[in-house]
Amino acid sequence: MNLQIQIDSKNNLSIVHLSGEIDVYTAPKLKEALLPLTKTHNGLVEVDLEKVSYMDSTGLGVFINALKLSTEHDCKLRLVNLQDRVLRLFQITGLHEIMDLNSTIRGVDE
Amino acid sequence: MESFDFIEMKFPAKPEYVGVIRLSVSGIASRMGFTYEDIDDLKVSISEAVTNVVNHAYDCKENGEVTIGFGVYEDRLEVMVADYGESFDLEKVKAEIGPYEQSESIESLREGGFGLFLISTLMDKVEINNNSGVIVLMTKYLEKLGVGFNDDHVSTK
Repeated sequence: MNLQIQIDSKNNLSIVHLSGEIDVYTAPKLKEALLPLTKTHNGLVEVDLEKVSYMDSTGLGVFINALKLSTEHDCKLRLVNLQDRVLRLFQITGLHEIMDLNSTIRGVDE
Repeated sequence: MESFDFIEMKFPAKPEYVGVIRLSVSGIASRMGFTYEDIDDLKVSISEAVTNVVNHAYDCKENGEVTIGFGVYEDRLEVMVADYGESFDLEKVKAEIGPYEQSESIESLREGGFGLFLISTLMDKVEINNNSGVIVLMTKYLEKLGVGFNDDHVSTK
């Protein structure tokens, strides 16, 4: 019931590997790690959610926040490898239309 | 009257207990035979309701408590989340409860305001009692035939 955050940065590219659960307890930690990265001018921040087993609206809030900041700083934010339960939250709320969610999504029924 | 088991739990209204509350609902729902997908919906819904209480307690600098009630019925699970530490007076809660009106569109929802919207989407019924403190009552029905989960379909029964 925690969240591990590992950041690999090279030049303007940052890859953020998340593992665990994103909720009201872990969201502040994610925010603290992610938001500064989205202020990289002309940068790209890729968030790998493959090992995120649980997320709720507090997680959506952090990513909306990150998207706003990255837009302000001409930085790109992309979320990749979402588990279908996590992806579903973006779809229900319509956020999949404004966020860059990479298509390498596992286990989605067509 | 319809028979049911009632379980009540009380937690400090702190972020670190939301995950524990999720485990509780997961255990109860799994015992009842809910599908994996429905259990996930229940986990998100209860977390959203508890998160509202936790954030409110934090804003008000209170050392508040959150009370969770589970009504385990033959065909459904009722989950109550109250933003105070007293026990539920079930008849009173039910008598004073009303439907949750979804008046805000997604576009107008501010960041972090998705909680109740998600609950109303993921649960079969959501009611709110706003009398003394706030109680959210959420209901999820058991699907008897174990109908497959369809990713782009949201149940509206």
